[in-house]
Amino acid sequence: MIERSRLSVRDLVGEAISGALQRPSRSVLTMLGTVLGIGAFVAILGLTATAGGQIDKRFTALAATEVTVEDVGADQITHEMSFPADASSRVRRIDGVVDGGVYWPVPLPDPTLTGAPGMPGDGAGLTLYAADPGALAAMRPTVETGRLPDAFHTSRRERVAVLGPTAARRLGISRLDSHPAIFINGTPYTVIGVINNLQRLPELLLGVVIPSTTALSAYGPPTDAPAKMLIETRLGAAKVVAEQVAVALRPEAPDRFKATAPPDPQALRGNVTGDLNALFLLLAAISLVIGAVGIANTTFVAVLERTGEIGLRRSLGARPQHIAAQFLAESAALGTLGGLIGTSLAVALVVGIAVANSWTAVLHPSTVLPAPLVGTLVGLLAGLYPAMRAARTEPVEALRR
Amino acid sequence: MTPVVSFAGVGLTYPGPPPVVALRPADLTINPGEYATVIGPSGSGKSSFLNVVGLLDRPTAGRYELDGIDVGGLKEADRTALRGRRIGFVFQSFHLLPYRSALENVALAQLYTGPPAREREARAAEALAKVGLSHRAHARPTTLSGGERQRVAIARALVNNPSLLLCDEPTGNLDSATAAAVLELLDQVHASGYTVIIITHDPNVAARGQRIITIRDGVLHD
Ligand SMILES: Nc1ncnc2c1ncn2[C@@H]1O[C@H](COP(=O)(O)OP(=O)(O)O)[C@@H](O)[C@H]1O
Ligand SMILES: [Mg+2]
Repeated sequence: MIERSRLSVRDLVGEAISGALQRPSRSVLTMLGTVLGIGAFVAILGLTATAGGQIDKRFTALAATEVTVEDVGADQITHEMSFPADASSRVRRIDGVVDGGVYWPVPLPDPTLTGAPGMPGDGAGLTLYAADPGALAAMRPTVETGRLPDAFHTSRRERVAVLGPTAARRLGISRLDSHPAIFINGTPYTVIGVINNLQRLPELLLGVVIPSTTALSAYGPPTDAPAKMLIETRLGAAKVVAEQVAVALRPEAPDRFKATAPPDPQALRGNVTGDLNALFLLLAAISLVIGAVGIANTTFVAVLERTGEIGLRRSLGARPQHIAAQFLAESAALGTLGGLIGTSLAVALVVGIAVANSWTAVLHPSTVLPAPLVGTLVGLLAGLYPAMRAARTEPVEALRR
Repeated sequence: MTPVVSFAGVGLTYPGPPPVVALRPADLTINPGEYATVIGPSGSGKSSFLNVVGLLDRPTAGRYELDGIDVGGLKEADRTALRGRRIGFVFQSFHLLPYRSALENVALAQLYTGPPAREREARAAEALAKVGLSHRAHARPTTLSGGERQRVAIARALVNNPSLLLCDEPTGNLDSATAAAVLELLDQVHASGYTVIIITHDPNVAARGQRIITIRDGVLHD
């Protein structure tokens, strides 16, 4: 019979916005805590994601499938290696291993490397490495000409060599069809291959590689730098392989090896940012609480200041819930606006820092998009008590002034 | 003809303690088109009378009908709606929102009970024209004179076409020249067909009414 009073959502939003904007400088001060709190949250999460993105980029599949084994138990006097002669085939039996083998710098102080016998050495600065076929394969070589040593060369301790591009140029080796040789301290080694790239251990490109068995019998075990093993695993198997490799190599003395698996990228990201983030997120949360208190305080003051307005609105047909909704919407508007400003500033900051470091800014929609809504929530919570007080204001009392 | 206001033994006693009898039970009828003034000294019960008539307070005795509707049995939400639709209030202190224009202040009266948003501005402009303030439509209340402010408030009270214009000391904050102009305007409003009640302590104001009701110690006299 009597049509009840109403307040459409559109009108409510209009009232809230004009209420929140009627004292702009006060509103700005009120929003400061929310701006800082939400801005800090978005900035921290954005910077973490951005820094994490850099790690992801560096942390390629190549690194994720690499296990290195160090010989930490080599005999101090005889320099006898811990790696058994059949190290390669032992690790290849581990599930998840693609290939692997032992390599070391050949212990020849100042070897003369020449392209022809009796010629003065022009191989200064070239390093001589011993590597078995498995190690070479795990280095992911690109062969320019010729081939790599295989089991045949290894088992017969053949005097063959593979050259990196620098060594090949310095020693005058360009074609292999005439079976050219290089001379190591006068001993000829047939060049069977030239490689022009190694995806792993590219430092070996600067040198000459001879089969490990040949090196061992000709020059003895490594002395200064111990032998290492390089293993390529299938993606995701590196950690498990690293756990098993020492026992597979020498079941009776696994502690003579130290196997290193690539760190878990998730853990890596956590390390980079973990502790500091917890602190900053705590500070952000504190700002947010301060922001909420600020909004609550301003809204409460507004309710007291605008008692006359409340009375007027009641005389115009506003019900208590309309009054409550209005003040709640005003505080929510302040919170939302604070959240929007804070989010915008934080996004600008993250992008700025990323650009300055030539990083790719990573901002997950799942953190950026809900951020202003967190502001809304803060505003709503902050407005709850003042809105209740406003709704309870008796029109007779409110109009008395 | 249904009376606008019909009191049958309506009284108001504040519960206290101690209980204060602000309005002695009284019968009173205000018919459509009447121009009544209620005069009494301070503490006589004028505000209590206004609050009861204006549905801002519930009487503690009797039966009050507004436009023939017994408001005693109504839920609070219905009383609120009725107040917004049928009664136009004019207050001594204007109660204009300082950050809104004259036009917006008038339009505000239609927020809770009025027509849809698109019609409101035109109606508010019409009401402002009635009180002769079209040229100040976009002015803030703070830039208006006291008389202009009260005229905006009168436009706001009229915009919903109420059954009753209820004015509480409408000239209390105005100097005598401005007060005269505002009373002139209220005379015009009455002449255009509105039912008007003015509550005042000023005999000069009360004298404008066709019907003068005195109130003393909570007792109404015609
Ligand atoms: N809320 C209240 N509680 C108790 N007594 C009140 C209240 N409001 C008014 N009174 C008393 O009721 C009487 C009438 O007051 P009021 O209607 O305000 O008179 P007027 O408006 O003519 O000054 C006075 O004695 C006043 O003290
Ligand atoms: Mg009074």
